[in-house]
Amino acid sequence: MFDILRKSLAAGIVTEAGPTATPGLARCVGRGRPEIDFANWKDARPAVAACPTGALACVDRGGIRTVRLDLGKCTFCGLCAEADASVRMTHACELTAMRREDLKVTAKYELGPDGTHRKLLAPPRSTLDSQVSSLDALGTKLKERLDKVLGRSLHIREVDAGSCNGCEVEIVGLNSPVYDIERFGIHFVASPRHADMLLVTGPVSRNMELALRKTYDATPAPRLVVAVGACGCSGGIFGANYASLGGVDKVIPVDVYIPGCPPNPHALLHGILTAIGRLPGKA
Amino acid sequence: MNILPGLQPIVADLTDRFGRRIEGVFPVRPDEIYFHTAMELVPGFCAQLCRKWNARLVSLFADDARKPDGVFHLYYVLALDAAHGFFILRVPVPPEQPWFTSLTNALPAVNWQEREIQDLFGLRLEGHPNPRRCALHDDWPEVYPLRKDFDLKTVFPPFKGERHKFRKVEGEGVFQVPVGPVHAGIIEPGHFLFSVAGEPVLYLQIRLFYTHKGTEKLFENIPVTHGVCLAESISGDSSFAHATAFCHAVERAASVEVPPRARAVRTVCLELERLYNHIADIGAIATDVAFVVANAHAMRLKEQVLRLNEQLTGNRLLRGMAALGGVRFNWDAGQINLLSRFLSELRPQFDSLVEMVQESSSTRDRLETTGILKPGIACDLGVTGIAGRASGCDHDLRRDFPHAAYDQVKFNVPGYREGDVLRRMQVRIDEVREALAIIGQLVDKFPEGPIRVKVPALAPGTVALGYVEGWRGEIFHWIRAAENNRLARCKVKDPSLQNWPAMSEAILGNIIPDFPVINKSFNLSYSGTDR
Ligand code: SF4
Repeated sequence: MFDILRKSLAAGIVTEAGPTATPGLARCVGRGRPEIDFANWKDARPAVAACPTGALACVDRGGIRTVRLDLGKCTFCGLCAEADASVRMTHACELTAMRREDLKVTAKYELGPDGTHRKLLAPPRSTLDSQVSSLDALGTKLKERLDKVLGRSLHIREVDAGSCNGCEVEIVGLNSPVYDIERFGIHFVASPRHADMLLVTGPVSRNMELALRKTYDATPAPRLVVAVGACGCSGGIFGANYASLGGVDKVIPVDVYIPGCPPNPHALLHGILTAIGRLPGKA
Repeated sequence: MNILPGLQPIVADLTDRFGRRIEGVFPVRPDEIYFHTAMELVPGFCAQLCRKWNARLVSLFADDARKPDGVFHLYYVLALDAAHGFFILRVPVPPEQPWFTSLTNALPAVNWQEREIQDLFGLRLEGHPNPRRCALHDDWPEVYPLRKDFDLKTVFPPFKGERHKFRKVEGEGVFQVPVGPVHAGIIEPGHFLFSVAGEPVLYLQIRLFYTHKGTEKLFENIPVTHGVCLAESISGDSSFAHATAFCHAVERAASVEVPPRARAVRTVCLELERLYNHIADIGAIATDVAFVVANAHAMRLKEQVLRLNEQLTGNRLLRGMAALGGVRFNWDAGQINLLSRFLSELRPQFDSLVEMVQESSSTRDRLETTGILKPGIACDLGVTGIAGRASGCDHDLRRDFPHAAYDQVKFNVPGYREGDVLRRMQVRIDEVREALAIIGQLVDKFPEGPIRVKVPALAPGTVALGYVEGWRGEIFHWIRAAENNRLARCKVKDPSLQNWPAMSEAILGNIIPDFPVINKSFNLSYSGTDR
């Protein structure tokens, strides 16, 4: 007993600074979202061909090319950046969006005869950047909202609707002493009947469709649904096929999307806090 | 093409015995020999190999080759651990007579795999003791997704009818307890039907394939290079192992040698994957017997490994690191330093965690003799990996079929015969220590040179078997190349598929409240099984 205590004291406090800590903390040293130099982009095709998920796609019609980067599909693999110097991988990984459309960036180019870009017609539009409020602001507002709406705590039921279990590896980490999600009054619970929020992973396999619907129906309102990971947002690399429906919102309404493959614990935390921010006040 | 010396007497024995009934022997690679034969020879051929030469049937799958060859093919992959080679039996199944003989009564290890072929290819099983559906749920229409004339993008109308047809378990005081697919913890979905009489479990029926995502079909619809990314998503906790097994298959098909430095990097990454999963499992097993403090420490250590992964590969789960012909990112001296510093920091912390778990007599009491999988049963079911090594099945592809840089390092393969939860945890503890030692040996003499070679386009029709000993057990990827550097077939074999039926054996006589800890001690991948 004393030995256990001694060991735990020796480990010290390992919990990471939370959302209310100093901004600008480098949270991610790995690959985050890709960023494209749209103004100087000469040819989208090599990067599009390199993309394994279809997150980067283009259509040519009448001498005009429409390029779309869908962060809801992107796995941050970086193959596009390897194929094309106009694409750069950033470390940005906390990319929550409330609407699916907000994860898509589109640009239009006028094409030259050889299929390269002659002119950027429509500069890329993305609503994501304005949506991403800083984690700090979320954190300070959080306690207030929790107090008001949920009586100080949020209960989450995690549902794996066909994931590869990568998302689960990271979600489990939220309970670790390093991320310690419980300090925000957030708990993972065993039944949807106790839950305020469903955290759903996977592209929704055909075989999990019914279970997901039933879980949703069993969750009392007001309830929130968070789609986790590239698969949860869009079907990811699996997309829609005979066995996969292609995203959580094909089956139940989604309040918040958290891209990433898998999203790291900070990205998950950011998404969960964003979702709470949009809960309606108690009637 | 020559044949490994160790395999030659075995080939001679088989050709002696079966003579002209073997239509051809094709040593596609020195350690990968194909035998073309007919269905009626399969039972005798396998029996001879298993009994006389200690072979194991490690994978069984079908391939729709009606386009080039007018038939379906069945492939029986037998591993000869002591002789370090694979014998692969190829058997035609004509489309006019779409059935094949079951081996399950003689070799229970193929039970699920045979049924999967029946479900996904529509080849009927003859003489199987339990030929129910396995890969497709019972409410699916009569479709055969892995036939070439089935379109990946098929959209089904809503399913009707019963989802699972379970066997009835009857008797006075027998209750059935259904659990899942949505479970209480943060784990993957599957359905378990326990039949209990009082407390002890009499019978456990497992229905999986809830996370079936059409992965093998998808491999046939994408370029080979994108296959690496798809392989990373077969089982997230084994991203690197699966992706590397896939690369291994493609590299063998293209006759490409991976440079020494890339092999070393692969080995380190495979061991890092083993580290974070084993450490997390040790913690999770402790949690399931209510020793949460130990889990908190384990999670802390797991997080350290994930952060190191991120520093070394740009991703916490090592994604994006695997590449055809080598690895994607080189490591500079700083990163290698980081790695060796990490080893010396992790070692004492891990020792302290192990001490904490082992000194708790109440924990030991819950783990010892719980969930016993007897060596005889484990061997019959072909159990691999951690669960196998805790139950007397002594094989490890790292030792018997050295891939990556495993021929450059010394390590021990732990083995126990008791087969309980405690021993499955002990295997993990031993393997963590071995992993640290393996990485240590590599760091001391990290090879220089390129990290990647170009892999040419595959010649259509080339077949190859790739393999990796993942942290959970042996992973096989078998490919057949098509035109334009695409694949006509990619068969993925995760160790979980092999080990699930063993869970039904290990739980017998235990109480349902011990199921979580028994389940955790196997920690099988649902997604890897279901694909
Ligand atoms: S990072 Fe990978 S998935 Fe994302 S757009 Fe680039 S190539 Fe596609």
